[in-house]
Amino acid sequence: MKAFEVLAPGGFTTVQDKGRFGFQQMGVPVCGVLDTFACNTANLLVGNDTHRAVLEITVMGPSLKFLSSMDIAVTGAKMEMTMNGRATEQWRSIRVKSGDVLTISQVQAGCRACLAVTGGIKVPPVMGSCSTYVGGGFGGFMGRSLQAGDILDAHGGNLLTRDRVVPEKLVPEYLSHVMLRAVPGPQDDFFDQGASTLFTTRYMVTPKADRMGYRLQGEKIPIKQGMPKSIVSEPSMPGGIQIPADEQPIILLVEQTVGGYAKIATVISTDIPKLAQTTPGDTISFERIDLKTAHQIYYDEKEKLAKILACI
Amino acid sequence: MTATVFEKPVCRLAGDRGFLVEFGDSIDPRVNAKVRAMACVLEKEKPKGILEVIPTYRSLLFIYDPEQTDPDSLYLLVEKLENSRADMDPNTFRIVEIPVCYGGEFGPDIGNVQKASGLTQEQVIQVHAAPEYLIYMVGFTPGFAFLGGLDERLFTPRLETPRMVVPKGSVGIANNQTGMYPIASPGGWQLIGRTPLNLFAPWKTNPFLYRAGDKIKFVPISESEYNRLAPKETL
Repeated sequence: MKAFEVLAPGGFTTVQDKGRFGFQQMGVPVCGVLDTFACNTANLLVGNDTHRAVLEITVMGPSLKFLSSMDIAVTGAKMEMTMNGRATEQWRSIRVKSGDVLTISQVQAGCRACLAVTGGIKVPPVMGSCSTYVGGGFGGFMGRSLQAGDILDAHGGNLLTRDRVVPEKLVPEYLSHVMLRAVPGPQDDFFDQGASTLFTTRYMVTPKADRMGYRLQGEKIPIKQGMPKSIVSEPSMPGGIQIPADEQPIILLVEQTVGGYAKIATVISTDIPKLAQTTPGDTISFERIDLKTAHQIYYDEKEKLAKILACI
Repeated sequence: MTATVFEKPVCRLAGDRGFLVEFGDSIDPRVNAKVRAMACVLEKEKPKGILEVIPTYRSLLFIYDPEQTDPDSLYLLVEKLENSRADMDPNTFRIVEIPVCYGGEFGPDIGNVQKASGLTQEQVIQVHAAPEYLIYMVGFTPGFAFLGGLDERLFTPRLETPRMVVPKGSVGIANNQTGMYPIASPGGWQLIGRTPLNLFAPWKTNPFLYRAGDKIKFVPISESEYNRLAPKETL
């Protein structure tokens, strides 16, 4: 069924699901939503499975005219929204009917919002995923970010029998300083005092921050004496903190497949959404944790989602 | 440089979902064969909890589900498979022929390679099309093959100013490497020709013509042959 017409596309709005898996060995990056927590929650709010495709909205929101009755929910970065000119809220389900116009304004806190619709956004899956890979020109809606005049479909399905709302205490706050937890490695043996620099000083997000990676600026992280300045190219993992020749860290994200620089530590998967909500000028500090703690956090995060599902 | 094949694989942590296994410390066909052999076995066996296996020059990355497995179990698995090498056949490969129209508008930098090598255009083409190049790994962009085996005479530094857009299908040289651009992307390689084939076709059931471990053979073709083979579909 027809879901909505794009009246204005916003800053950079793409269709994303959890990602395209199994093809990184062929040079195809995983892609997918950066803030998985926001995506999961938006889907749950409209009664979907968490793997349904959503809109990922960056910095400036779109204006959409709905073409059918459905439930929608907007989560993630804090953006003011109006429905037919009247203020409406994030982190809750909203029933819309044909002709309703949703306008999402500029971001107030955070960077990326997710919009889910009943049944999920419907686009033809490419290599098993609905995620857009703009760099490759495929996936999502015509392999690109949305433009005015685009008409997108939804799978549709049963409408909710009552509204769903995420309790305020479970809604994340987006601050201008975030703490990211990271496990040392894969090349932590390439660094000596650089590691203590990484874990004790603050880094600033630069304007070179996108779905490929976030370049940070702060105290230099030199590779230790006698170690090579680069490594034989190896697979990239989202969260990998790579140290290139200028000794300023880059946190790799979902549109990379291989790289040839040493990675001092890797941000845990649970904290990627926190990184994805930072914008240039925000600051980041890193906390060193061991693998066992990282896995405990991973399990806790799953429980948190189950808890949200139970109380909405 | 003498290549080292590690006696025992070296393991490294890549966050809470990634686990990296290294089989050697340099770019070498023997090390790469071990990587690919392990990847092939894992692909067949599909062990529990492994979501993705990504082979590269000398290492494999496992992406795993922490609820189903952990690095200790993965390391034991790698050791066990290493010791039962009977199953491993890294020698299964295809030779994939890639038609290339060299020079002219498709290979605007072939003159730079002639200058660097002291060869004529015809000789550059002949030397470039002679080897069977081993695909060490695929990455960087979809279907981009990292090839080994370029003739030393053709080594040419990258362009001083990279192009904003290298057309898809372009074949180029950068230092000791040669390769093809499956999709249009920025790049600083010296372009010597172009293939009319779709090296990456996401709309097809099998979007790729080759994989790591296969060998590439470039076959020189004329411009009219190029136009005959050029696909109607575009990316």
